[in-house]
Amino acid sequence: MVAGADKLPVGAHYGLRDWLSQRVTAIVITLYSALILGVVLWHGGLDYATFRTLFAGNAFRVATFLFMASLGWHAWVGMRNILMDYAKPYGVRLMLEIVVVCLLVAYGGWTIAVLWGQS
Amino acid sequence: MAAADRPVDKPRPVYLNLFAIRQPLPAIASILHRISGALLFLVGIPLLLWGVQRSLASPEGFAAATAPLGTPLGKLVFLVLAWCYVFHLLAGLRHLALDLHIGIGLAPARGSAALVLVLSILLALIVAVRLW
Repeated sequence: MVAGADKLPVGAHYGLRDWLSQRVTAIVITLYSALILGVVLWHGGLDYATFRTLFAGNAFRVATFLFMASLGWHAWVGMRNILMDYAKPYGVRLMLEIVVVCLLVAYGGWTIAVLWGQS
Repeated sequence: MAAADRPVDKPRPVYLNLFAIRQPLPAIASILHRISGALLFLVGIPLLLWGVQRSLASPEGFAAATAPLGTPLGKLVFLVLAWCYVFHLLAGLRHLALDLHIGIGLAPARGSAALVLVLSILLALIVAVRLW
């Protein structure tokens, strides 16, 4: 038998990677949140002009994309953990995981459209 | 000792009614961490993307995206999601501390769970005061 053929495709993958990526992405999310909080406090709130200027900078767009990518990866680990605990039937769990992945891809496309889709 | 006398062989009560078991504070923090995370993923991210997209499109879009904050329902949704975000972030920092073996004793773990809950409610109150 091929090594690992007895493992469930929706199992835990028995490793450190998801645990670690959840922590690393959490730190990226926290740092970006602190940046946004700082910007909002610095300007004493956000109006349209400030908002536009902020998103006009490429560095800020890339930082925001990194934040959203971290958010997606973090959410994947978290949602999968929830499904592994509460969605016990194999087929149901697989279906719900597919729904989560579809949402993640949709959010990703939407993020790119928001960041680089408008002048 | 006869087999029947061993504790493990006696019929044992199974009592797993989650609504009748009083959960300890860290368990409450843990389930709220999951609920807040799921809400942020399913509702928070699409609302965030919608809001930023509308806000960037035009001054009218900016006004339209912030208009729901003037309605009671919009305020309530924003407040719940803001609490989810703050609580999830604070509970996450608590997790990172636990990963580093900081506060892993029973008493400090209970204390930090209570602290995270209280702090998140205080910060949500500040958001509520700013909204209303």
